[in-house]
Amino acid sequence: MSDATLYGLCGAVLVGLGLFGLIVNPLPLRKILAFNLIGGGVFLLFGVVARRGAAAGLGGDPIPHALIITGIVVAFAATALAIALLLRLFRETGRATLGSDG
Amino acid sequence: MAFDIGLAVLVLGVAVWTLAARDTFAAVIGFVTYGLLLALVWVRLAAPDVALTEAAIGSGVTGGLLLGASSRLRRAEIQAASEKPGATLRIAAVVLCALVSAGLAAIVLLLPEPAPTLAPEAAANLAATGLGNPVTAVLMAYRAIDTLLETVVLLLALVGIWSLAPDGVWGGFPGRRHQADAEGVLTFVAQLLVPIGILVGIYIFWVGSVAPGGEFQGATILAAMWILAMMAGLVDAPPVSRRWLRLLLIAGPAVFFAIGLAGFAIAGAFLAYPVDYAKLLIVTIEIPVTLSIAATLALLVAGPPERAPK
Repeated sequence: MSDATLYGLCGAVLVGLGLFGLIVNPLPLRKILAFNLIGGGVFLLFGVVARRGAAAGLGGDPIPHALIITGIVVAFAATALAIALLLRLFRETGRATLGSDG
Repeated sequence: MAFDIGLAVLVLGVAVWTLAARDTFAAVIGFVTYGLLLALVWVRLAAPDVALTEAAIGSGVTGGLLLGASSRLRRAEIQAASEKPGATLRIAAVVLCALVSAGLAAIVLLLPEPAPTLAPEAAANLAATGLGNPVTAVLMAYRAIDTLLETVVLLLALVGIWSLAPDGVWGGFPGRRHQADAEGVLTFVAQLLVPIGILVGIYIFWVGSVAPGGEFQGATILAAMWILAMMAGLVDAPPVSRRWLRLLLIAGPAVFFAIGLAGFAIAGAFLAYPVDYAKLLIVTIEIPVTLSIAATLALLVAGPPERAPK
């Protein structure tokens, strides 16, 4: 098994772990964390595709690398917006959950 | 290979810890560690540009943002911790997530041989861009439109955050005013590190044309230095209604878009560069883009206005 395959399997497990945390943990901030774990796994899977495309003296295909960099920055922007929404919800309701019953 | 197995196990272990930790603060520390370990994985996968981005943004800035939120939500989370889902949902979640992971693992094992790649094309056209780093060439030349749209996405996220400000503080100062002990460690570190950090940020940006680095990584370091200076109370965040701030934020995307449009006249297509001036035009775009991204990232972390403008 190559290194790329090993990290690919690692990425596959990370997506599953993050998805589990996203579903099971009731706290929104922990859901945001879990969502970022999924993101790490997805980027890793894409990075494995890039690594397998190593050619022409390059260690990996630079196109996926550039897309992953873009993805990391956009994931950060989405996380910042999600946290701002959560803090505003907390400010309005005094609660930090998504449950409807008071 | 042994190192890689150990690293993969460590990444998975830290991910489990991040999900299982009882305290959100501990979970965020786990997440920062996870990001730094992933950066090591990126080095192992021969992607140093991604490693820098992951360490700076995925781990560093995101971690700082989550730490701030976790300290504000701490009391509310203790009250809410009892809302655990039932056993049926948990079992269903385990089954679903195991299926997703198994499906992805199968895809990894069944990837086509030989792997499709654009690396030869990227390397062959590198000379025409005047750049030495193929990833920067993708970001600024081959797929520059992605990067242009990305800078706009960052601005949209900031507009979204600003629009969450309550009526009374509309257009005011973002976040809380930080007061640090003038003789304390934080102030000392901020005074010492900020000038060095600004230099490192500019270097990482500049070296990106020929080596790992680039505008996003450099901008993140510049943003981190501004955030540090704000946290130490050395400077206050500007009110978001300031005109110079608005101009700074849109300068990057505006110059990028203008040069993109000029491409119609000078090279026959949107965001096309004439070969002789490619490097010059790319650098002309990158400088304002780096400054705009740095300001946007710092203000995304600072959050919505919380204090009325003077």
